[in-house]
Amino acid sequence: MPKVTVDGVEIEVPAGATVLQACELAGKEIPRFCYHERLSIAGNCRMCLVEVKPGPPKPQASCALPATDGQDIRTDSQMVKTAREGVMEFLLINHPLDCPICDQGGECDLQDQAVAYGRGGSRYDMNKRAVTEKYMGPLIKTVMTRCIHCTRCVRFSEEIAGVDEIGALYRGEDMQITTYLEQAAEHELSANVIDLCPVGALTSRPYAFEARPWELRKTLSIDVSDAVGANITLQSKGREVMRALPRINDDVNEEWLSDKGRFMVDGLGKRRLDKVFLRKKGGLKPATWEEAFAAVAKAKPGKAIAAIAGDMVDCETMFAAKALLKACGSGLLEGRQTGMDYDVSNLAAVAFNSTFAGIETADAVLIVGSHIRWEAPLVNVRLRKAVKRGAKVYIIGPRWDPTYPATFLGEDLSVLSKLPKDLVDAFKGAERPAIIMGGAALAKGALGAGLAAAEKLKVVRDGWNGFNVLHFSAARMGGLMLGYAQKGGMADIAAAKPKVVLSLGADEMDFEPFADALKVYIGHHGDKGAHAADIVLPAASFAEKDGTYVNTEGRVQFAEKAVFAPGDAREDWTILRALADALGVSVGFDSYAELQAAMIAEVPSLGEEGLADLGALPKADSKAKAEGAISAYPIKDFYLTNPIARASAVMQQCSAELLHGEELKEAAE
Amino acid sequence: MADRHLAPDTPELRARWGSFAFSPEVKAKADWHIAKYPEGRQKSAVMPLLDLAQRQVGEETGTQGWLPLPVMEYVAQYLDMPVIRVVEVATFYFMYNLVPVGKFHVQVCGTTPCVLRGSDNIIAACKKRGMVKGGVSADGLWTLTEVECMGNCATAPMVQINDDNYEDLTVDRLDAVLDALAAGETPKAGTQEPGRHTSEPSGGPTTLKQMVDANHDYRGEW
Ligand code: SF4
Ligand code: FES
Ligand code: FES
Repeated sequence: MPKVTVDGVEIEVPAGATVLQACELAGKEIPRFCYHERLSIAGNCRMCLVEVKPGPPKPQASCALPATDGQDIRTDSQMVKTAREGVMEFLLINHPLDCPICDQGGECDLQDQAVAYGRGGSRYDMNKRAVTEKYMGPLIKTVMTRCIHCTRCVRFSEEIAGVDEIGALYRGEDMQITTYLEQAAEHELSANVIDLCPVGALTSRPYAFEARPWELRKTLSIDVSDAVGANITLQSKGREVMRALPRINDDVNEEWLSDKGRFMVDGLGKRRLDKVFLRKKGGLKPATWEEAFAAVAKAKPGKAIAAIAGDMVDCETMFAAKALLKACGSGLLEGRQTGMDYDVSNLAAVAFNSTFAGIETADAVLIVGSHIRWEAPLVNVRLRKAVKRGAKVYIIGPRWDPTYPATFLGEDLSVLSKLPKDLVDAFKGAERPAIIMGGAALAKGALGAGLAAAEKLKVVRDGWNGFNVLHFSAARMGGLMLGYAQKGGMADIAAAKPKVVLSLGADEMDFEPFADALKVYIGHHGDKGAHAADIVLPAASFAEKDGTYVNTEGRVQFAEKAVFAPGDAREDWTILRALADALGVSVGFDSYAELQAAMIAEVPSLGEEGLADLGALPKADSKAKAEGAISAYPIKDFYLTNPIARASAVMQQCSAELLHGEELKEAAE
Repeated sequence: MADRHLAPDTPELRARWGSFAFSPEVKAKADWHIAKYPEGRQKSAVMPLLDLAQRQVGEETGTQGWLPLPVMEYVAQYLDMPVIRVVEVATFYFMYNLVPVGKFHVQVCGTTPCVLRGSDNIIAACKKRGMVKGGVSADGLWTLTEVECMGNCATAPMVQINDDNYEDLTVDRLDAVLDALAAGETPKAGTQEPGRHTSEPSGGPTTLKQMVDANHDYRGEW
């Protein structure tokens, strides 16, 4: 490990570190624009100049200079100060000084660094260059005159997203950043370039001119648009969530966020259920809470009451409903709305065991029935990294574009029990082999065969569990931990003929079999569930209540309440608590804290943030076989998978323009 | 050079160039270039391929050639690389023409040494013959571009026309070259100064005189 001296203090730095990293380790701030920890080094902005001896008697770009033993680095000399001032002055020659009308104002690297490291004023009095606007799609707003050509956006789309669509055209003073023919950026992570852009060249289009960063209240939350559980900050002004930004969590989302998680938040203010509704003479009519509760009580469900959990509910809501049902004497709980009935007797068999950070190190991966790019874009980013390190990927299921080389083995699941030789060899030679089972495979009953294949391919070894199930509902793992699963899935619930069905924001379920039951929808959006319901009780979305979520890895995470629910809507647990009174049963908690305590007493791992211990995989049934072909993946439209996204104008526009753009154009012709 | 821009993507452009493909001879050359690079690195051949494509477009249009967008897309597809990466290369290097040019692309050096040696007159002479900067002259023969130093300062002023340089120019010498080209002849490339060989000092060498005819080892004389 090389020893270097930074501003007179000697420190040891890890081998392979750059001078910039060494300075950071020594606690020195190095201004930078192009350098980014998660992208390749470009070394083109020159803002990170420092003085290094031995070496040429001139400032050197620290981000691209390896730290070697015996270097004497100065970040505080006159040379460095002058160099920074010089670079800053050059950058500002062509950068407009329009901070008051720029959306990046208040969170702009250039602004901050100009104040910290620049000269007081400019000596440039000629015309600045101007660059025409470039269209980059419905999410990214561009003001390209502000671009300082750090190429972070170019490197992100090429290296992380794996979709080469942004490039730097022309050269020198005429350099321009654009997508090919100004087509919209078309991948699920495109908006991350907004965070990466150090200036106001790429900003958020939906959030344009909505607020300044210092006006926003920031709440730590969890993305519920998929089962990755990306860590986010909800930023709100008054009662409105203005935007969602990713938080850094290397175990989960690194520092990225899918476009859906980021931009569906405008749906929080649209199509909201803010009143109680009762079905009278065929139509839903506004009513009072008392009327609604009386109607439920009148149904006298007794034991015949069921609860179906939606895809975005928190564990507390599910536990409250479970407690209510238990008090009534029922255990009719289910969360797999679409009828899946895979075996959940061992939760390790239905979790993402190798963890997201772990899958990055896998060297052979078999994906069974999962369109990962849509079901968990951030996991696809990890797989891409694995492939870059040399991993081989095989996929069973219909074709999709993974952004990395992969071998498609066809759509027939029977391949699982007669795996091709090429794959078996690759897994034999692998040190960290992994299998990822997706929803499409589970729906076809392939879990057993997957476990059998996992045993045959030896994906579980010392210190490595490569058997993974990738869910795509934020509520799934929590639901399974709380027992939201019947042996026969939804069919069992239907067969039990409940008199009252509580739908906890369940919008994807089929209400047909429950035609005779009283359907009570407790949720936040006027989507399919509310349309089918007899009673609608307005509840809180993930942004409007504290809650615990468990991602597909089995990672327990807490989200905090950012804003208040609109109108008459209440937090879900209070509704369920009141319902208990209406039904004349006792659930054993009167406050949120009591509810949480009861939940943690029942499932202790829900009380602790971090990976829950789900135990070891079960012994596989070696005779398990899977049959049938996967004809399609469950997600038909990446942008419209949940009621919040479906209500969001931004997501609707993305869906129309990015996924159905071609069709629209054709229809118009 | 701020006037460099891509030709707009119009239906006419697509109709004319949408079906562009390398001719068999060009294809052979292209594959020869690709074979120089290791497996999986075929994109390293993007520069020679763009040049070949530009030349083929030139043949087809009777000009120096240029790179319409569909042609760049073809090259991208040929090399299995993202088209934006191809466009980046094509827009970076000035030898790739982004808009149609005439049969002869007259690139006049306008950097200081050439200016001192009279390149302003050269440009004026070109304009007088009907050339326009960045456009094609009415007769379809000429496109004029002012460029930066081409490394011929010792024989300034100079112009580059398609694949050849013409140096030590005066207005008359330039006219002679251009007349010859227009007449379909092949004027002598390089210096136009009578008696001058390449870029040696005019009036004969002043140093290393013994090297003129044969190699000479000066080391013993240091
Ligand atoms: S648009 Fe932003 S991120 Fe992209 S090169 Fe310009 S300044 Fe950098
Ligand atoms: S951060 Fe080092 S050159 Fe940009
Ligand atoms: S200045 Fe004209 S060739 Fe160098």
